[in-house]
Amino acid sequence: MFELLGIPPQVLLGQLLLGLINGSFYAVLSLGLAVIFGLLNIINFAHGALYMAAAFVAWMFLNYLGIGYWPALILSPLIVGAFGMVLERTMLSRLYHLDHLYGLLLTFGLALVIQGLFRNYYGVSGLPYQIPEALGGGTNLGFMFLPNYRAWIVVASVLVCFGTWFLIEKTRLGAYLRAGTENPVLVGAFGVNVPLMITLTYGFGVALAGFAGVLAAPIYSVNPVMGEQLIITVFAVVVIGGMGSIMGAILTGYMLGIVEGLTRVFYPEGSNVVIFVIMAIVLMLKPEGLFGRPA
Amino acid sequence: MIRKLAISLSAFAAMTGAPAVAQDIDVKLGVLNDRSGTYADLSGEGSAVATRMAVEDFGAAEKGMDVEVLSADHQNKPDVGSNIAREWYDVEGVDAIVDVPTSSVALAVADITADNNGVFLISGAGSTSLTREQCQPTTVHWTYDTAALANGTGGAVTNAGGEKWFFLTADYAFGHSLEENTMDVVRENGGEVVGSVRHPFPAQDFSSYLLQAQGSGADVIGLANAGSDTVNAIKQASEFGITQAGQSLAALLMFVTDVHSLGAETAQGLNLTEAFYWDQNDATREWTERYEAEMGSKPTMVHAGAYSSTLAYLAAVEALGSAEDGAAVVAQMREMDIDDPFFGKVEIRGDGRAVHDMYLFEVKSPDQSEGEWDLYNQVATISGEDAFLPMLEECDFSKQ
Amino acid sequence: MAMADNTTSRAAPGAGMPMLHKVIFAVLLVFLITLPFFVYPVFAMKVMCFALFAAAFNLLLGFGGLLSFGHAAYFGGASYIAAHASKVWGLTPELSILCGAAAAAFLGFIIGSLAIRRQGIYFAMVTLAFAQMVYFIALQADFTGGEDGIQSVPRGNLFGLVSLEDNMALYFFVLLVTFGGILALYRIVHSPFGEVLKAIRENEQRATSLGYDVNRYKLIVFTLSATMAGVAGATKSQVFQLATLTDVHWSMSGEVVLMTLLGGMGTVFGPLVGAGLIVTMQNYLATFGAWVTIIQGVIFVLGVLMFREGIVGVISRWLKRPL
Repeated sequence: MFELLGIPPQVLLGQLLLGLINGSFYAVLSLGLAVIFGLLNIINFAHGALYMAAAFVAWMFLNYLGIGYWPALILSPLIVGAFGMVLERTMLSRLYHLDHLYGLLLTFGLALVIQGLFRNYYGVSGLPYQIPEALGGGTNLGFMFLPNYRAWIVVASVLVCFGTWFLIEKTRLGAYLRAGTENPVLVGAFGVNVPLMITLTYGFGVALAGFAGVLAAPIYSVNPVMGEQLIITVFAVVVIGGMGSIMGAILTGYMLGIVEGLTRVFYPEGSNVVIFVIMAIVLMLKPEGLFGRPA
Repeated sequence: MIRKLAISLSAFAAMTGAPAVAQDIDVKLGVLNDRSGTYADLSGEGSAVATRMAVEDFGAAEKGMDVEVLSADHQNKPDVGSNIAREWYDVEGVDAIVDVPTSSVALAVADITADNNGVFLISGAGSTSLTREQCQPTTVHWTYDTAALANGTGGAVTNAGGEKWFFLTADYAFGHSLEENTMDVVRENGGEVVGSVRHPFPAQDFSSYLLQAQGSGADVIGLANAGSDTVNAIKQASEFGITQAGQSLAALLMFVTDVHSLGAETAQGLNLTEAFYWDQNDATREWTERYEAEMGSKPTMVHAGAYSSTLAYLAAVEALGSAEDGAAVVAQMREMDIDDPFFGKVEIRGDGRAVHDMYLFEVKSPDQSEGEWDLYNQVATISGEDAFLPMLEECDFSKQ
Repeated sequence: MAMADNTTSRAAPGAGMPMLHKVIFAVLLVFLITLPFFVYPVFAMKVMCFALFAAAFNLLLGFGGLLSFGHAAYFGGASYIAAHASKVWGLTPELSILCGAAAAAFLGFIIGSLAIRRQGIYFAMVTLAFAQMVYFIALQADFTGGEDGIQSVPRGNLFGLVSLEDNMALYFFVLLVTFGGILALYRIVHSPFGEVLKAIRENEQRATSLGYDVNRYKLIVFTLSATMAGVAGATKSQVFQLATLTDVHWSMSGEVVLMTLLGGMGTVFGPLVGAGLIVTMQNYLATFGAWVTIIQGVIFVLGVLMFREGIVGVISRWLKRPL
């Protein structure tokens, strides 16, 4: 049997698949960030905290109200999205006339507050959340045992990502959105409520983070710090893909998940840093990102 | 029951020790641990509660000792921990620091304690270097260390037929030391190490490493990590069907709180080594009841260690009549015959290692378990001599 | 860039220090000399190290208009080098600090020369990426001791003569270093070089068209800022006798932004106030656990929404004087 760099092919296949699964989270999260940045010019540092908050909302639904995974998969993103809209209306909307670094700083502060609150009330040891009945068990693929829930993650993320891409790039609503950020006055003159549109967009981007959070809840323990480490990695994903590029964010998300997965085989200690190395290289050579349009 | 034991212990100490009449001795204890992070459940406020219980059970007030207990959060950061330790010694006049999980912080505090001639009663930290490479005359390492865990779990699992090991190791000092100790034990018992992988600390996703472990053909996957890392790795191993496919897991450091958060369903059959289990005997049950009334959960071995080490410390202080000279108090502790309510006969060696029995437990299956905290079957007792590493000559402070 | 406010000194270059600044520096010095007699000296030293760190960061953000999200790399990197120099090479404290500063300067020069090719958010991202790599090295390299860091760094003898074992002796040494550093930063800001920086910050194109080599100025200010951050980090390692991952973690980079923002970016005294407040808060609220994070977050949010000029910025507006 042939081996690639000392790794048997079935192990490599398995690792590629695992990379794709982790990439699914990166894709959904970076997509949300890219939507927000592309249309609002806000670098949403609170994205990771909101991802975490949605996982907690799902956990609370189950433990306080007895509402299970499937309703929570819809409800918690909606709740977190609505919360995001409140944040946008009350705070972020005051910053649009300023340098967008202020948006970064504000959302950084919001992330600290949200994370601190959950940490204060739930500690950091993590709360368990069961995999839904219907997705228990797994399938033997020959080269690895694939839990059904992980397969569902890939399917769900692909559906959501390409649905969003279609919505923004191919529909009339998406066209308004894109036009509204290019020239709000003109679009406003056509009778479109631009501020409302921006609020809804932010809510939508945040809801995407919430969706990823609920997806993550059953496989990682629900933990106040679950978004903290992720957020700067996802930032790097967005930058590598090209800020504001929807398709770029999606494809880069899956790609970097795979790259990271392979790093875990060849040099596991480096798996946390590889994405930043790639980011630095991309910024040096092609600052608009792999899929971005040159500025 | 405990009170009686504690009193007899101190009476004994008073007989063997200096004939001081304890009066108006001021003692300040500082419980320093993780109160908000990964280790908050296994140490945290619980250790402060246990320490205060020890002060009360010792009867400090009746003996004319004025004991005050402080507590603080080191956030698992050596810089935060050493700041607090230094300020406690310099400003607050603390005499002894208790607990300190997270080896990196414990190592920093051990040095500061020695510089200030305080006493360091370690319960939460596990690195063997605390009584070896970085031994100090003011250190007492009470509850467990990585060598004891390796000897307990590693030895038992290898002898039970788990000969080929693959290690999944947290990439920091504690993980490395646990891995190294266990590898030695595995090889000594005729086992073989087929591979290892080091994961960043802390990590959330273990699937990639577990898959590598699965591909290695090992019988046993040794988890040389702690806290939420261990819990997540075990959960994901069951998700990926690794245990179902015939490989077994050995959690090298796991506390009853971790097992509780996993639940008997997921954790059943795991072997683990601890120095204390709440349901071991009448003394532990009685104490657990009082502890639970205050904390709302069962104590871990770290909590029990904080309690017992404080009892022994106070007995030594009483015998000396003063807590001023930390090295002298530790020397006194080494001299005493300690018969602890939980740890039994405890001998504090010249290097500060407290030698006592360790126990190998197996997690019960859900149908054996009669309550959410009814989790362990005791499988074996490992005597102190077998559990802990022999003393290094240069660390024998009893001769210096 | 629009980040900076306009409260900075309008004093002509070379006109010397305005009277008001002289008075404030004098009062500050007297205050710092008496401080260790009232508060725990180690705590006071921590405040001073962070004040220098924030002032160094402010040179880049407030006067250079460049937001670095990776300044922990220079602070922490220097702290590792200085700790190593003291512990393993057995150097005296002042030489160790110089080693640390030199390492930070080198690192700043390399990273800066790459980062200044990008602007705004991309600049911030490049600095973050390199800071993550420095963190990775600190975690993996042999000499840094991984999670343990470098511990039990000896305090040593100043110039090989004066023992710094005593907290008070060390305090006055640290006071000298940090106060000197802050005065040096003041000189830089109020030199002709500083004036060019401000011109670049206000309008880069205009500065270019006036014939200034903008990138050269940016690189110099980046390196200077990194060096001073390094002095702060190296000094901190001598005070606490250790260097750890906390110093190189990205949240440290965030913390220094917070200090500068809270005090007032682009002001002389703002970063000092910001650092003093944040460190004090962390110290006295430490027992409240997660509340420290929450309060810091609230300060961030309120700061951005309401006091973008920071505390000193607001005072300076009231007084109608640059501070």
